Amino acid sequence: MTHGKQEISVWFFIGVLLFIYGFLIIGATMTSGAESNVVFAEYHIGTWWGALLIVLGAFYSIAFRPKKS
Amino acid sequence: MQLPFCLFLQSTKLISLGGWDIALIAIYFIAVLAIGFYLKGQTNTGEDFFLAGREMTAWIAGLSFLSANLGSLELMGWAAAAYQYGILGAHWYWIGAIPAMLFLGLVMMPFYYISKTHSVPGYLKLRFGESSRLLSAVSFAFMTVLMSGINMYSMALVMRVVLGWDIHFSIWVSSLTVAVYVALGGLRSAIFNEVLQFMLIWLGALLIPIMGLIEAGGWSGMQQKIATNMGSDSYTHLWNTLGSFSDNPMGIHWTGIVLGLGFVISFGYWTTDFLVVQRVLAAKDIRAAKMAPIIASAFKMFVPFIVILPGLLALAVLPMKLTGEEAAVASGGHSYNEVLPLMLARYCGPGLLGLGITALIAGFMSGMAGNVSAFATVWTYDIYRSVIKKDGTDAHYVSMGRWCTILGVLVSIGTAYMVMEFKSIMDYVQALFSFFIAPLFGTVLLGMLWKRATPEGGFWGLLAGTVSSIGMWAWVKADPSALSIVALSSRAKDMAENMYRGLWSWIVCVLVTVIVSYMTKAMPESALNGLVYGCTEIPSEGDAPLYARPIFWAIVVAAVFALLNIIFW
Repeated sequence: MTHGKQEISVWFFIGVLLFIYGFLIIGATMTSGAESNVVFAEYHIGTWWGALLIVLGAFYSIAFRPKKS
Repeated sequence: MQLPFCLFLQSTKLISLGGWDIALIAIYFIAVLAIGFYLKGQTNTGEDFFLAGREMTAWIAGLSFLSANLGSLELMGWAAAAYQYGILGAHWYWIGAIPAMLFLGLVMMPFYYISKTHSVPGYLKLRFGESSRLLSAVSFAFMTVLMSGINMYSMALVMRVVLGWDIHFSIWVSSLTVAVYVALGGLRSAIFNEVLQFMLIWLGALLIPIMGLIEAGGWSGMQQKIATNMGSDSYTHLWNTLGSFSDNPMGIHWTGIVLGLGFVISFGYWTTDFLVVQRVLAAKDIRAAKMAPIIASAFKMFVPFIVILPGLLALAVLPMKLTGEEAAVASGGHSYNEVLPLMLARYCGPGLLGLGITALIAGFMSGMAGNVSAFATVWTYDIYRSVIKKDGTDAHYVSMGRWCTILGVLVSIGTAYMVMEFKSIMDYVQALFSFFIAPLFGTVLLGMLWKRATPEGGFWGLLAGTVSSIGMWAWVKADPSALSIVALSSRAKDMAENMYRGLWSWIVCVLVTVIVSYMTKAMPESALNGLVYGCTEIPSEGDAPLYARPIFWAIVVAAVFALLNIIFW
C-alpha cells in the first residue's frame, strides 16, 4: 500500500490516529461516567470500541511503519 | 473541560460534546493538515499535483474513489430518506451504483487510462476536439464550485442544529483546512486524506447499526416493529412496491429506477463525473485502474449498512416521530435530517460521540476535497492552458493549480453565503448540475464505443442533450401539468422527475450525435488509436491467475449485488 517515492504510508498515518483515538475513547468512557445516559450503557461499548481501535491502530502502525529506503 | 473552541458554540443543540470529544475532533484536523504538509515535499510536477504522480495502488485509488462520493450530507441525507421512504433509498447504492462502477472498471477505464488524459474534458478534447472539451470543462468547473458551496452551507447548517456551532465558524474552519491540505499536496494529499476519512466514516458510524439491530431484535424484529409503528410492511421491501407509482412513498415506478437511475443517472455520474473519475486516473497501472472501481463497488454495496439501516432502525426504535423541516421548526420537534445524529446520541457516550462527529466532518471534507481538486485540474488544464496561456511551464501550471485550489474554496464560501441569503438558489443549482451528467454520459459512451462518431456529432449531441434537459426542467416549472409527460405520471416526486429527465436528455444526446455524425465526415481510424473500442489495443492480462483479474472480482461483486436484491426484494 506504500507507493513509489513514499517513505510513510497512508496506512501508517491511519494506524497512529486510530491508536490515539482508542486511548482517548477509553479515557472518555472511564472518566466521564456518563455512558449510563445511552441505550445499552451496561455493555460498555466505549471501552470495547476503544480497545478495538487500539488493536487496529497498533497493527497498521507496525505493519506500515516507515522504513529506510 | 472547557476549551476556547467552545466560545463558538451556541446554546441550542441536539448533542453536547465534552472535552474528550473536542480533543478527538481537534486531533483529526491536526492529522489531515500534517498529511498535507508531509506530502508537499513530494508534489513538484504537474503530474504529482494533478494526478498524484499516477502512483496509487488499486486499494488506495478505489477507497479514495468511494470516499470522494461519501460526503456527510450523503450520509445524513440518505439516512433521512430511509426514514421517509424505507429501504428504497438502497437503490441509490445498489442498482444506482454497482453496475455503473463495474462498467467503468471493465469497459471505460482502459480508454481513459491508455489515452493518458488528465481529465474527462481532456478525453473529449482527444476524441471530439476543443469545442466539446470547453463545453464540458466550463460547465463542470462552474457547477463544481457552486455545488461545493451548497454542500458547505448545508453542512454548516447541520453543525448548527446538531452541535450548536456557529455557522460562520463551521464554514471557514473546515473549508480553509481543506484548502490548505489540497493546495499543499494536490491530488495526492486529497487521496491520502480520503482514505483516512473513509476509515473514520466506517469506524464512526458502524456502531449505530450494530447497536440498533441488537435493540430492535435483529432484522426480523426490526421489520415487525416498523410494520407495527408505520402500519405498513412496504418500508423493508426493495422492489415489490415499485409496480405502480402510487404503491410506494417515493412515487416512482420500477422503470424509472432501472432505466433512469440504474442506467442513465448512475452511469452518467460514476463514469463521467470527473470528481470521482480523477481518483482512478491516479492509479499506477491499467490493472490498478480497472480494479479500483471494482474494489470501490464492493465497499459501496455495504454503505447502506451505515446509512440506510440507521434510518430504518430509527423507524423501529425511536420513541418520537420525525417530520419535515418546517413542521419540526413549528412543533419544536426533530426533522428527518436529524435521524443519524439522533441515533448516534442514542448509542454513543463520550468519546464515541466525538468519533461519530469526526466521521461526519471527515465525510464533508472528503467531498469538498474531491470538488476542489477536480476543479483545480479542469480549470488549469482544460480552461487556463487551453484558452488563456498555452505555453506555460509545468511549474507555472502547478502554481496555478495551487492558487485556484484556494480560489475554488473561496468561491465555494461565497456561494455558501449567497445560499444563506437566497435559499432558492440551492434548488436551482442542484437541478443545473443534473443537466450535464446524463448527456455527458451519452457523448463519452459513443465516443469510446462507436468509431463513426465525429467531432461535430459529439459536440452537437452534448449541447442538444444539455439544452433539452434544461428545457424539460423549465417546462415543468412553468407548467406543472407537464410532469405527467416528462415523468410519465403527475404523481411523480422530484427524484422520479430527475430520473426520467435524465433518460430523455440522454436519448436526445445519442440521437443527435448519431444523426450529425452520419451527416459529417468520419475520422480516420489512425486518429482514434487509444481512444475508441476497435481501434485500441487493450493490454492483455496474459497468464495472470484468476484471482488477480478484474473480471473475476467484478463477477463476484455482481453475484453479491444480485443476491442482495433478491434477499431484500
